[in-house]
Order: sequence, then structure tokens, then C-alpha cells
Amino acid sequence: MAQAIAFYTIAAFILGFAVLVVTTKDTVHSVLFLVLDFLFVAALYVMLGAPFLAVIQVLVYAGGIVVLYLFVVMLVNLKRPPEAHQDPHRMSKLGLALAAAVLLELAVIVASGYARAAGPTVPAAALPVTGNTEQVGWLLYTSYLIPFEIASMLLLVAMIGAIVLAKRDI
Amino acid sequence: MIDEFVVPLLKILVVLFAGVLPAVTYMVLLERKVIAWAQSRLGPMRVGPYGVLQPVADAIKLMLKEDITPVKADRWVFTAAPIISMVPALIVYAVIPFGPTIRLFGKDVALSITDINVGLLYIVSVASVGVYGIILAGYASNSKFPLLASLRASAQLISYEVAVTLTLVSVILMSGTLSMIGIVNAQYNSGLWFAFVQPLAFVIFFIGGLAETNRAPFDLPEAEQELTGGFHTEYSGMRFALFFLAEYANMIVVSSVATTLFFGGWLRPFPNVAGLHFLDVVPSWIWFLTKSFVFLYIFIWVRATLPRYRYDQLMRLGWKVLIPLAIANLVVTGIVKVMLV
Repeated sequence: MAQAIAFYTIAAFILGFAVLVVTTKDTVHSVLFLVLDFLFVAALYVMLGAPFLAVIQVLVYAGGIVVLYLFVVMLVNLKRPPEAHQDPHRMSKLGLALAAAVLLELAVIVASGYARAAGPTVPAAALPVTGNTEQVGWLLYTSYLIPFEIASMLLLVAMIGAIVLAKRDI
Repeated sequence: MIDEFVVPLLKILVVLFAGVLPAVTYMVLLERKVIAWAQSRLGPMRVGPYGVLQPVADAIKLMLKEDITPVKADRWVFTAAPIISMVPALIVYAVIPFGPTIRLFGKDVALSITDINVGLLYIVSVASVGVYGIILAGYASNSKFPLLASLRASAQLISYEVAVTLTLVSVILMSGTLSMIGIVNAQYNSGLWFAFVQPLAFVIFFIGGLAETNRAPFDLPEAEQELTGGFHTEYSGMRFALFFLAEYANMIVVSSVATTLFFGGWLRPFPNVAGLHFLDVVPSWIWFLTKSFVFLYIFIWVRATLPRYRYDQLMRLGWKVLIPLAIANLVVTGIVKVMLV
């Protein structure tokens, strides 16, 4: 019961801040609401018993990436009002299509989740290590080794790309 | 009921109101005194004998001062910024172990507020949120010097965070755990403080710690001569004091983390040498506080001794010296660890 109350409170905050992120006029405020949003997502991870993921969420997203957002937003001239487009609805078709796609995806996930919950649940294979961090590490280097390596390659490519873009004559 | 709520609450109250807040206020006095002695002055002498009541007088003065918000400031962010920098500085103490589990009033009491599986990462992540206080203070003031200071601060803090976190990884490789208590126990089991096995990591960590807390010689975000103050130029009264206290609270955090990771936390010197058992007369938490105090003193000593870095020198040191050294240290630690096992 207490868990349900906590979950719905946190979820309400997450959705509320997410709405504020996209509706706020001031870009810096919008970035700040994004930070709050990430912090509440971290709280959700704590509730799920995944402290490692929660801490990484705060460290990487709230503490790292959004600081860079803020950095960029502060360097961009925000005092100038946004340029009025000739056609304010020019992006609406694309936006609707994207929203519909995301909605469909979420519906499929929720539906398949219910389908799985109805069937017999397979208990997760016992891991040879205890402790949340150790378990995450173990899984990353055994079952999920290839996705993990691909993700790290992707980050490496992004890093090299950024350097190449910023420094054309090395 | 008592073990779940009352004991942690009491611990939090003791750590905050008997530990951190008095320590922070008296750090200000200590700093003024030590710098005065370094410059052949006396320092505060008027309030109380040898000026020991100076922090009280300062607190009263700051609370009574008029609290000014600039007209063009971003009011909400301007109000939130000091709070955002103070809160992370305080909640970090949740995982710092001041001592082992001891018997107190017939109960086993751990001398730390909590011990979580991801303790060290928790400290790093909370510290990374603290950056917002400085950036937002500079932005919300809507004034050019604070804005410059906050841009400097954000670049500096992000740069040095990388080097510091890399040194922490090599400590984790040594200890095999992220729990702060686990790290101290690992040092007890190996019989060596990690400062002796990871001297380079310790040096990088301490230099990075100076930069992360905006202390001299890396105090560019609050350079009086260049920026008429820094990110807190437009703040006055108690809000200004919050930034000040947050900086000192962060210094205490860096000192305690350095003690825990590299100098054996609450362990006495040479914890495995049986002939030195008489050192156990001193309680473990006094060892911890003594070691942390040494680091705090070094912080002040460095400020009184070294001139400020130039901004390009700061960036060069961070990216071209500390980060490569930290990566090399990490690789060597990993190789040695694998060879020995």
C-alpha cells in the first residue's frame, strides 16, 4: 500500500515536471525541471531496489549531461525572442506521427507486460555474486557483453566525431 | 521501530548539529587565524579570548543583514541557488563512516548514518549535483561578472570531476567494493592504507578536491581581483553565508573522503601491528577526526601559500596532466591486480 502511494506520487511528479520541461518559456527553467525529473526517476529506481542504477542516473544524467545542456543554454543568446515561423503548424504532422509511434510502442510494451505477468514467471537465474553493483557488473560482462561493448564503441565513435568536428586540422 | 527510525534520526541530528555545522563555522575562524599567522598577523582577536566567539558574531551579523535580490534577477532561481549548493554538501555525510560499530547504552550502534552498497558512487553523484548551485547563482544574478564566474566554475568542475572519478576507480579496484565501510575494512585486511599503494591516485584526488571545492589555487570562480567577487557577487546576508558554508562543508567532505579512501578511515596507524595496541586507547572516531583535520589544515595552508592559477593553466593541468596520469594509474593498477591474483 505504502509502496503504491510512493510510486504514484513519484510518477505524478515525473509526469508533471516532464510537462513543465516542454511548456516553460524560459529555457534555463526548462533545463532545471529536467534535472528535477531525472532526480525523481532516480527515486523510482531506489524504490525498485536498484540503488546502482539510481546513483548512475543522478551521476550521468542529472549531474553530467544536464550540466552540459545548461552550459550550452547559457552561452546561447536567449534574450532575443524566438523567430516567428511563417507557418506555425509546419512541424505538426511530423510531431503527430512521432507521438503516435511512441504511443503505439508504449501500448505494446504495456500489453506484453500484462501478457507476461499472467503467465508463469521464470525466476531469474541465481547469480554467483551478491550486492546490487556486483550483480549489475556480472550481468554486463556475461549475458549482456555484446550490447555493452557495442554501446561503448558507439560512445567512442561519438567522442572521436566530436573531436574531428571541433578540430578540423589535427 | 526504534532501530528503524529513532536511531538514524538521532545520528543525523548529532552529525549535523554537533558535527558539521559547528565544524563549518569554526573552519572559517581557523582559516582566518591560520592565514593571519602565515602573514605575521594576529587575525580576529576582539570577540572573546583570541577571537573564539568570532563565528557567533559573524552569524548574527549575516542574519541581521538586509537580504537584497537584484531587480533584474531571475527571482526563483536566485532563491533556489544557495539551497541547491548547501543541500548536496550536507546529505553526503549520510554515507561517511566515522567509526566501526560500537556498543552504546547496551546497543550495537554503527558510527555512520547508513552504509549502502553504492556509497562511493553516491558521494560522487551528489557532489555532481552540487555544481548547479554555482552555475545557477551566476546565471540568476543577471550580471556579467557572476555569469563569467559561473561559466568558469562549470567548466572547471566538469573537467576535474573526470580526473577525480578515475582515481576513485583505481581505489575501487583495490578494495573490490563501493561501500565506504567496506573500503576501510579492505585497508584493514591488507594491512596498508591505500595512500601507500596508490600514492599517485591520492595526489590526483587531493588536487582535484581542491578544484572541486573552488579552493585556492583553483578559486577562479570566486576571484575577487578579476570578477569583483565571483558567482556570489550579487548575494548578501544569509544567502551569501549559505554559499560560504557550503564551500566549507564540501572541504570537510573531501577531507573525510580522502581519509576514508586513502588513510584508513577510523583505523589507527599500522592497524595490524600488534605491538601498537596501546594506540587503541584513542577511540576510533578521534582517529578519523584527527586525520580529517590534517587535510583541512592542508587546505588552508595551500591557500595561504600558493598563488591562483591562470584559467588556461588550470585547464591544461586538468586535461593534459591529471586525466592522463589518472588513466595510466588505473591501467597499471588493473594490470598489477590481475597479475597478483
